[in-house]
Parts: sequence; C-alpha cells; structure tokens
Amino acid sequence: MKTIRIIPRLDIKGPNLVKGIHLEGLRVLGKPADFAKYYYENGADELIFMDVVASLYGRNSLHDIISQTAKEIFIPITVGGGLRSISDIKEVLRAGADKVCFNTAAINNPNLIKEASMMFGSSTIVIAIEAIKESENKYQVYTDNGREYTGIDVFEWAKKVEILGAGEIVITSVDNEGTMKGVDIDLVKQVSSLVNIPVIAHGGIGNYSHAVDAIKSGSADALMISSMFHYNSLSKINSNSSELEGNSQFLKNNKNHKSNNISIKGLKAELLKNNIDCRI
Amino acid sequence: MGLKKVVIIDYNLGNLFSVKQACDTVGLNSVISSSKEDIINADALILPGVGAFNEAMKNLVDLGLDTIIKLKVNKGIPLFGVCLGLQLLFTESEEFGTGRGLDLIPGVIKKFPTNFQNQPIKVPHISWNTIYKSSQNWDQSPLSNLNENEFMYFIHSYYVNPSNKACVLTKTNYNGIEFCSSIKINNIFATQFHPEKSANNGLSIYKEWATIYNLL
Repeated sequence: MKTIRIIPRLDIKGPNLVKGIHLEGLRVLGKPADFAKYYYENGADELIFMDVVASLYGRNSLHDIISQTAKEIFIPITVGGGLRSISDIKEVLRAGADKVCFNTAAINNPNLIKEASMMFGSSTIVIAIEAIKESENKYQVYTDNGREYTGIDVFEWAKKVEILGAGEIVITSVDNEGTMKGVDIDLVKQVSSLVNIPVIAHGGIGNYSHAVDAIKSGSADALMISSMFHYNSLSKINSNSSELEGNSQFLKNNKNHKSNNISIKGLKAELLKNNIDCRI
Repeated sequence: MGLKKVVIIDYNLGNLFSVKQACDTVGLNSVISSSKEDIINADALILPGVGAFNEAMKNLVDLGLDTIIKLKVNKGIPLFGVCLGLQLLFTESEEFGTGRGLDLIPGVIKKFPTNFQNQPIKVPHISWNTIYKSSQNWDQSPLSNLNENEFMYFIHSYYVNPSNKACVLTKTNYNGIEFCSSIKINNIFATQFHPEKSANNGLSIYKEWATIYNLL
C-alpha cells in the first residue's frame, strides 16, 4: 500500500518553538522538546526541526535539541536550517537526526546535493523549496524564509534537485504558509507529477479537508503541518511561558487559545474516512 | 545493563545514535564501534546502515571488518541487520553496477521500478507500511509480540530478493510490488524497515531480539 505521512513541523528560534505567517512575524509558542514529545506520543509519523534564523547567522544551533529529543523519540527526525557543508550535515546526523533538509545551500551550491546524496544516500537528503507565485502557473524559488529572490523557476529546480540526488522535496507555498487557508494545490500537484521522488506539501493546511485536498487533488506523499497542530495543542502542553525568551506575548494572552479539537489522530481518522491510507 | 556485550558496527554510514538509544531503552549493553577487537569479543552484533551499498561494502573492507563479521556469524553469534545492514548480508547488489556483498545469504539486491502496471511509483519508498507473514512462522522470532500488519518505518530504494525464500520472515507491499521486509535464518535476523524509528512496535522488536538470544 501507499501510506501518507503526517509530519509536524517545529520552527525553532533560539530555545523556543515559534510560528509566523508567510514564514515571518514569529511568535513564541513554547519549548520545542515539549511539543516534539507530545506529537510523538500522539501519532506523528515523523518530525522536522527547522532552525529558522540559522541561515541569517550561518549556523544551525539545534544540536542540543536534537540529541535531547532523539533519546525519547523513536520516529524519524529531519533537521534543517543553516546547513552549508558536508561537515554541517555530519554534525547533525551524529547528534541524532535521520535526515537533513536544506534550501539556501543547495541554491548557492547545487553540487552539494550530489555530494551529500552520494555520501549519505539519497534518502537522507531532503530539499526544501520555498515558492512564491509570480503569475498563473509561474512560481519563483526564494530562500531565507521567502526573503531572497533567486530568479530560479520552481518546476525546473524541482527536476534538477531530483537529478542531483535528492531523496525528497518539501514544497512550501510562502503565499499560503501560516495562513491556514489551504494548500496551493496547483503548485503541489505540478511538482509531484514532475518528479519521481516523494513530495511533502507544506503551507496553508488549516483544517482536515485542506489535508484531504492536498493528497487527493495535489498528489502529495506527505503533509507538513505546523500552525494547525501547534495552536490546537497549546492548551494541552504545559510550556511555562514565563521561562521563555522573546516575543511570548501571544502565548500569555492565548494560553487557552480556542481549540478546535484538531489532533493528529483526528486528522488520520478523517484521511481513512476518505480512503487515504495512513498509520494509525 | 546485561553483561552480554552487543556491538553496533560503525562503518561511517547511517544514524547509529538512534540504534544505540533503542538498545539503551530495552536494556541492552551496547557499544558503537569499528574496532576489530570489539567485534571479535562481541556476544552479538548489530549491522545498521543507511546509504549506498557499494560505499558501505568498501568501508567494511577498508576497516577490515567484512571477514570478521562473517567469521562471527558463521560461529553462530546473533546478528541483527537493519535496512542497508540487511542488504549487505546478501550476495550482490544492482546498485551502480554490480557490487559484491558479505554473501552470508544467497540473493540479490534490486531497485524498485519507477513504474509498475503503468502507474508511476515514487522512489525512494519512504513511508510507514505494514508487515505481514510469509510462510515462516514468526512466533519464535523477534516479531513474536506483534500483530500481523503492524506499521513499520521504511526508507529505501532497493530491496532484497533472496534465492531461498525460506529465510523470508515478512513481506510488505509498496504500490503493488511485494517485497521481502525481514528475514530470519539461523542466527541472523534482519529488517528492511527501521525498528528504531518505528515507535513502540519497533522497540518491542529490539526487546524480543534481546530476549530470544538471551542478551539481557
């Protein structure tokens, strides 16, 4: 059978789990390890940790969080953000990551995809593509959380990273990211049909039917979800906001954020109802 | 911690950390090592691995570990292979031309087709998928605590095609293609999926392996 993976995405800034809209305007939501454990125990198929400020500083600072969570979490962990070289990749894999995800470094040096996949195997190399819609059926690749224009066409780039040896693609619609308004189906569908490697849809899933759409209409092989799960998990996870640095005002005001009773298990039940296989 | 010593063979490929964590969690006394001496003195071996078959074999040969692993297995010590560690036990692989494996079990490693019955297939196969019984009884295997059709985590582009089907312990179906997802023969047990990445069901496999071979 073919099963769909549900992958909660944890964007991390310093010691905190954060969430923005269109990858910007980050709010502090809690401690990454608390959310990771909660998602693991509640049916997540994989987790991804993204150091969202790493590219700005040129380094990934997630080693401690990875080795801490990898001790008690027995599902695959992907790590991204600021990875630039083979030795950066080695370091996060040694800390306990199973896969690495990169974007900026691949744009700057496409050969890194080839080198890394030869060394660690294609299945270890995930390429993130941040897409912004330019016009009908025309998408441009951006880097650094949708800030930097590259002039590269998304569909051409997707084909190229597959040829270079990438094992998976995360396709992010920057336009939809954080909005919870639904997935850019055209974007996901096009990428998924162009390449023969698994495609993970990211950006915009705000309810169960968005998820079903991304799979049925978008042909996504996996879904990466942050806002929908994070905001619905806040009241169940006891991260103490007073211990958190940064912009935690949102958390203080919304500790009892209205929960729509959305959960990973609930989502999977809905997928099964729509004849989409997944692990339960 | 048991007194029996398990060596997780380090040949510079794959996430050894999570294999070690799984061993620790079930109470195995394990060490990650590429030392010949450690392997010679081991009571049991785990051969993990993610990555390229030929690169892996080259590393094992360069480290001088291939002959020692074969020697130990032929002496009857338990070996647990995971993913590439399963594939390496076989005769040869089709990956990047033909490469020789450890040849402890006759059979070849094949690549998934990218098309099956006119349907495109995504390769690598990266997903949770179910394992079901072959003709071999799994009551005496490390899977004995599991129900049929439990989900395990798979991430691979190649699969094993054993010459002697009697070693096949479980099978899995990916988009219509049925392949061997674990084997058990004599003192060798190996899985194509990653038990250390398959949550509680996967950990139970480590636990049962430790129990069956009296390693705790």
